[in-house]
Amino acid sequence: MLDDFFIRALIAGLGVALVTGPLGCFVIWRRLSFFGDTLAHAALLGVTISLAVDMNISLAVFIVSSIVALILLRLQKTTNLTGDALLGLLAHSSLALGLVVLGFLSFIRFDIMGLLFGDILSVTKIDLIVIWVGGLAIILILKLIWKPLFASTVNYDLAAAEGMNPEKADIIFTILMAAIIAISIKMVGLLLITGMLIVPAAMARNLSNGPLQMVFFSIIGGLLSVLIGLFTSLKINSPSGPSIISVALILFMLSLIMAKKKL
Amino acid sequence: MEPQKKEILVKIKNAGIFKNNKWLVRDVSFEIYKGTIVSLIGPNGSGKTTTAKILLGIYRDIHGSVERFTKKISYVPQKILIDWSLPIRVVDFMVLTQKLENNEIEEALKLTGAEHLKNNSLSKLSGGELQRVLLARAIAKKPDLLVLDEPVQGVDFTGEAALYELIKKISETLKCGILLISHDLHMVMSSTDFVICLNGHICCSGTPISVAQNKEYQKLFGDHASQILSLYKHNHDHDHSTDGSIKEKIN
Repeated sequence: MLDDFFIRALIAGLGVALVTGPLGCFVIWRRLSFFGDTLAHAALLGVTISLAVDMNISLAVFIVSSIVALILLRLQKTTNLTGDALLGLLAHSSLALGLVVLGFLSFIRFDIMGLLFGDILSVTKIDLIVIWVGGLAIILILKLIWKPLFASTVNYDLAAAEGMNPEKADIIFTILMAAIIAISIKMVGLLLITGMLIVPAAMARNLSNGPLQMVFFSIIGGLLSVLIGLFTSLKINSPSGPSIISVALILFMLSLIMAKKKL
Repeated sequence: MEPQKKEILVKIKNAGIFKNNKWLVRDVSFEIYKGTIVSLIGPNGSGKTTTAKILLGIYRDIHGSVERFTKKISYVPQKILIDWSLPIRVVDFMVLTQKLENNEIEEALKLTGAEHLKNNSLSKLSGGELQRVLLARAIAKKPDLLVLDEPVQGVDFTGEAALYELIKKISETLKCGILLISHDLHMVMSSTDFVICLNGHICCSGTPISVAQNKEYQKLFGDHASQILSLYKHNHDHDHSTDGSIKEKIN
């Protein structure tokens, strides 16, 4: 059964949606959408490095994105530049470096479209293992740091004053962001990863009153988007990543209507 | 009125923060004991909130030292901003940093007059309502040390008096120590045990009466201060002739 590329894509996509659901909520709560974009840009550098030294793509992306994320945390403390300027600086310089390295790799046949928009045909059995093992690890760690992370999201000072150690939780969360980008890059593509994080979570906000409820709806929204998106992609031969995000967008619009009715 | 041994909760010694080539606050030393209310007063920008954050360990990069002898610390920050994108109800907020039974949540909300808000969304509360919820959350787990940064701002006039009354009652019943930052000199002078007047450093400190008579304090607060002082003196003289206690006599 796993030999069928479509089944593999489905299993991979559902695994990704399970993780982007909760992480996407934090991205919205903490206003990190541009941060997600920055890590995704940095991922291109990771991909080219993996091609150059023949390394697993997800591993290379994870390492490079983590390094960029940690550099960002460091720069935020040591320079006076605003957060968005720092993000732009890191996003575009790592993108530029990635493209320069890619230029040197002209001997490698390389599908740049697949990298940007995701390619279900390319999902291998190893990718499935990476997505599900990595994904479950991310969810487990997120569950462990939930309390301090959520407290620090609501109010950093309060969390720090009452012994929640928010600084540590923030750093771990940053690494988790790098990890989700690393495991979902093949499915959704690096241009659309932030969309996968944000659109289902935004939809969930329209339907929920409490944080856990929002996480729940966000996961459901992501799973539905992957399911419907991939079937559509198979039927009308559209690229997988954009199809998934388009479905998520439709779900978001439906949620707007439902939220209006509730008011 | 039996004398009891006072248990120390926190000790700050020569604490200060030097940032961007200037001292936000420097050379601050004081202690807080169980069952006492210490209040911080001073003009805007004098370092009251900064001092509270040093005490709480929110600022790590400091000069001097802070020793905390308890972990049961609760904090009411001066401002808390809840974005619409974060759906959080009062009841979720109550358990943000602590485990609480349902009856503990309700009891605390009731004390601050916010029990009807339990299932409301935090981002939709008015300033005064939010203040009541913040205070309820802070006292729910019966802390040893309570740090209150302008705890009644935005609360209506009658509510304000009731909340100050409650804060006094909390320090008596829980026997906890309280650090109070307040603009209300009446409250500070009438119901706190120790007053610290800040202006980048400690201008003067001591019992309310000694601070009220201090020249530095009078310079800092001007007419308003002398008004309070005359009010205070009047009451004080009156009380002093009958018995020694001066603190609890002003309403």
